[in-house]
Amino acid sequence: MAADNRPTSPHIGIYRWQISMVMSILHRLTGVWLSLGALALVYWLIAAGFGPDAYASAQVLFASWLGQLLMWSWCFSLFYHLCNGIRHLFWDAGKGFEIRSMYISGFSVWIISGLMTLLAILFVYQHGGGT
Amino acid sequence: MNFRTPLGRARGLGSARCGTDHWLAQRISALALIPLVLWFTASMMFYMRADYVSVLNWLHSPINAVLLVLMLTALFYHAYLGLQMVLEDYIHNEWVKVSALLSVRFACISLAAAGIFSVLRIAFGG
Repeated sequence: MAADNRPTSPHIGIYRWQISMVMSILHRLTGVWLSLGALALVYWLIAAGFGPDAYASAQVLFASWLGQLLMWSWCFSLFYHLCNGIRHLFWDAGKGFEIRSMYISGFSVWIISGLMTLLAILFVYQHGGGT
Repeated sequence: MNFRTPLGRARGLGSARCGTDHWLAQRISALALIPLVLWFTASMMFYMRADYVSVLNWLHSPINAVLLVLMLTALFYHAYLGLQMVLEDYIHNEWVKVSALLSVRFACISLAAAGIFSVLRIAFGG
């Protein structure tokens, strides 16, 4: 096609990395990653529905170091996507477009989702997750 | 040889006229997910590593079962809308795009059905 030879508009490679683009890309990445987390959630529910043996083997998988790593990555992704999603909803309502408030809300998303993840980790390992 | 007029060729290739609906549906499902996800993560803090009996007891409560069914519905709907956008943005081959969109759609609906069935099975079962 002739269209292939046309010059393309400036793309990611030409821009200096900045918080707004990093956060936007990460919003999509965490969204896709959370879809895989939903798969794990359905597996957990199916295992619980199947009976104690299936549930026990699911718990072994989730308790492994890889399982824990995945779990906490989904936990952070969820809090990040949640906080940044709320930020997006404010933008949709026409609020917070000034550069200054964009930076403030952006850093707040990092701090709040990081803190929520940290608190969740501390709580689960302190209280043994209800076991 | 193609005898169709330029207008005939262009018709139906423009806006699908459902962009606003998609945008709104994504926001509304996001709004619904805020309280549901907060409730779910708070519950998971307690039940993530819990034994079989306490998880069953948790799912036997009608409130928890209904909230979980609502969350799974909103979650997979929201996930499909988001994944659809990502696929439409980055896949340019029409056939690959359509197959990917259909696969993701079927996967989301199947997973939602399987998850909801499991919750109801536990909620109604012994």
